[in-house]
Amino acid sequence: MNKPEILIIDDEPQIRKLLEIALESSGYKVWQAASGKEGILMAANHPPELILLDLGLPDKGGQEILKELRLWYNRAIIILSVQNSEEDIVLALDNGATDYLSKPFRTGELLARIRSAMRRNQGEDQNTVITCGDLQIDLVARTVKKQAEIIRLTTTEYNLVAFFARNEGKVLTHRLLLKEIWGIGSQEETQYLRVFVAQLRKKIENDPHRPEHIITESGVGYRFN
Amino acid sequence: MRSASGKIWIQYVTGICLVLAVAFACYSFRGVLEYKLTALLLLVTVSVLASIFRILPVLAASVLSALILNFFFIAPFRTFHISTAEDLLLFAMYFVIAPVNAVFTYKIRKTEKKAREKEEKEKTIRLYNTLLNSLSHELKTPISTIIGAADTLRENRAALTPGQTDELFGEIQQAGFRLSKQVANLLNMSRLESGFLELKKDWCEISELVHTVINRLSEEASAHTIHYQEQQDLPLFKIDMVLVEQAVSNIIANALQYTPAGSVITVFATHQENNCVITISDNGPGFPEDKLELVFEKFYRLPDSGTGGTGLGLSIAKGFIESHNGRIVLKNKSGGGAEFTLEIPAETSYINNLKHE
Repeated sequence: MNKPEILIIDDEPQIRKLLEIALESSGYKVWQAASGKEGILMAANHPPELILLDLGLPDKGGQEILKELRLWYNRAIIILSVQNSEEDIVLALDNGATDYLSKPFRTGELLARIRSAMRRNQGEDQNTVITCGDLQIDLVARTVKKQAEIIRLTTTEYNLVAFFARNEGKVLTHRLLLKEIWGIGSQEETQYLRVFVAQLRKKIENDPHRPEHIITESGVGYRFN
Repeated sequence: MRSASGKIWIQYVTGICLVLAVAFACYSFRGVLEYKLTALLLLVTVSVLASIFRILPVLAASVLSALILNFFFIAPFRTFHISTAEDLLLFAMYFVIAPVNAVFTYKIRKTEKKAREKEEKEKTIRLYNTLLNSLSHELKTPISTIIGAADTLRENRAALTPGQTDELFGEIQQAGFRLSKQVANLLNMSRLESGFLELKKDWCEISELVHTVINRLSEEASAHTIHYQEQQDLPLFKIDMVLVEQAVSNIIANALQYTPAGSVITVFATHQENNCVITISDNGPGFPEDKLELVFEKFYRLPDSGTGGTGLGLSIAKGFIESHNGRIVLKNKSGGGAEFTLEIPAETSYINNLKHE
């Protein structure tokens, strides 16, 4: 079987080496680029399944490379950023990044994000019933079951959970959620989001204070597992 | 001296006016005031000027005062002529003493200023040294661990038992986490110091914030109990979640580090007069009363607080809350233990019941 190919664009040789070992030992084929320019060329000559892109590249800003790649490359791009840069992360997600990881990150986390992003590469999930842990979301019957028991949800709560489920494992920015569920363009109205997420957690989480399904990504958005 | 840095012409005008005013007052009371006393009063005036103004305006004022003394107060009046030898001597003495006095006073002031500057410089150097000491210790320990463990793993690979190998890998990992935490602290501090801290306020459910912090600290808290007294129906607050989360986290982490195992940390959040108020208390030994203010100073650590920690956590917490125009109040509870109260002015939103949308 062909190994899935991953392109790493990062100027730090140590990080590239580390990623290379971690990824190759997990069954991926790894290509490396030390600069944005080189990375774009390599991706164009031989499009990989997924690109790991460092946001802090010296030659061109990571955001620029991301935009350039997104003109023609439609598979997963996971960006690597540093701590305290929520703003950059949100911008990168708006610019088309699939997901992000803040350095320093754990290898397990990296592999989980890659698997989740690769799954989404296979195209939109055609399943009409999505299972996430003990939750079962039926997009045709518009029902949500927890351990086979139907949970009563309002329309907005259902829309929210359905949108979350269709983007399982992916980080969703506040702006995107507001636009999708309420059609609100501004980022100012997040209080709706807060209230509905809190309500939804009470209904679908085992312990709403230790959420396992709707995870808060501080300063960025939510992730549904 | 704030006048010393003011515009120089203001000093000339003020000096001349003050001398004129004193001279005028003395002239009005010349019936009861002997001219020798007037000389003394003018001398005092010049001395006062010398203690706040620069040298040239003071000299100008002193020369003016001498001329006025001669012209208006020493007989024969309204001439610069002096008739008796005693008066001539008095005037001569005045003419010398006033400027000399001015120069000396000015010089003393300058020396004092230099001494003060030197002291401040030394204080900065001391602070810098403390920083370097605690920093290099805090960074070197994990770095040594990583290098040492990696060396052992490479060179003694054959002799190590699987258990030892595992342990060394664990050490490397722990050291990495510790380094990462210290670097994050330093970055936060420099964000505060640079003055470029821009708040990104957004609606926040405070109980979610507190639970996030508690969940994240669960590993460090394995020997402690963190109890969150949740108040129902709190509004949403508009704050910078990332910063407030960090502040709460730093204070709880501080309590975890410096209270004995088994201590209970209690968190309570409420809404009081436009403030989001978060109280974090513990039943540990509390803080020495005379150190309550000092603990928020950067790099300050209580004398007997042992190793680990750079003395940055609480000052970062304070900075982040103050950037919201809020404050942190620290006191010792009457029953023992410390209590931090975070008061954060914040917009609120009570859109609780959207349940039927």
